[in-house]
Amino acid sequence: MFWIVLLMVAVMLASAVAALLLPNFLGAVASVSVVSLGVAGLFVLLRAPDVAMTEAAVGAGLGSLLLALALRRLGLWRLEVQEETDHADR
Amino acid sequence: MPTARLTTLGPLLFAAGFAFLLATLAAGLPFGAPPMTVGQAIQGEAAATVGAANFVTAVVLAYRGIDTLGELSILFAAAMAAGLVLGRPGERRADAAPAGFILRAGADLLFPLLLVVGLYIILHGHLTPGGGFQGGVILAAAFVVPVLADPGRPPEHRRLAWVEGLAGAAFIATGLAALAWDHQFLAPLLGRGTLGSLVSAGTLPLLYLAVGLKVGAELTGLLIRMTEADGEAPR
Repeated sequence: MFWIVLLMVAVMLASAVAALLLPNFLGAVASVSVVSLGVAGLFVLLRAPDVAMTEAAVGAGLGSLLLALALRRLGLWRLEVQEETDHADR
Repeated sequence: MPTARLTTLGPLLFAAGFAFLLATLAAGLPFGAPPMTVGQAIQGEAAATVGAANFVTAVVLAYRGIDTLGELSILFAAAMAAGLVLGRPGERRADAAPAGFILRAGADLLFPLLLVVGLYIILHGHLTPGGGFQGGVILAAAFVVPVLADPGRPPEHRRLAWVEGLAGAAFIATGLAALAWDHQFLAPLLGRGTLGSLVSAGTLPLLYLAVGLKVGAELTGLLIRMTEADGEAPR
């Protein structure tokens, strides 16, 4: 149990740092979603399945979809990292 | 440059202070021993007084029903504000490319499954973990996936608005009926039934159905508007 929680917290911290450092915005959104999924798993381990379902549906699913759609609206929906010349106008 | 250094150091200072605050609070609180004792009282009597096998639903809809109404109002206000900001509906991208075969087939495959899962979670909210909010989000996902797969499909904002308004009105009407019948707003009516069966806990399943339909329609409208309102975005 302790090692499972430790692994989940490590994965969550790693993806939270990845969300800050990733140059690809879509990848950053995906790693934020991973953090929410880890929180949902921790809620399950703490025997709060109702909160876990809300976190998985709203935090990991709907929130990430909303962020991704906002990226598309801003024209930042790109799957591969752009060249250096493109960074100037951001 | 000192200002640039300040902008990088500021968030770090804030994060360190926040972590210190959280650590102080966590050190003061005994873990696993809640300071409130009302939870144990509710656990002891919720099954007998409300008839819901899921205590969380008993709290959300019976003991704190008016808080749930406030939550619905906040969600409504947020969705309305987002709709105002995102502009007029129906402005579709001119260059909305049709999705590929895999996405379209996957959407057709997922739609009935998501619908069944969402309705199951809503209708069993008083028996098992879950309820109107969680199931409503899954219903919204069920209705948004086909729109993502087929961007050219005409939006159905009018029908969604009807569902949303009627569900919200049904929630308030149930509360008012309880006020007229039992002199308590949102008090559970219709008897308790046998604990653990699908038809039990009085009006709680009906209230959760209203919540689920309202949340689902609201979020579907918001997400569809989000997909279609990107016509004027710079590329």
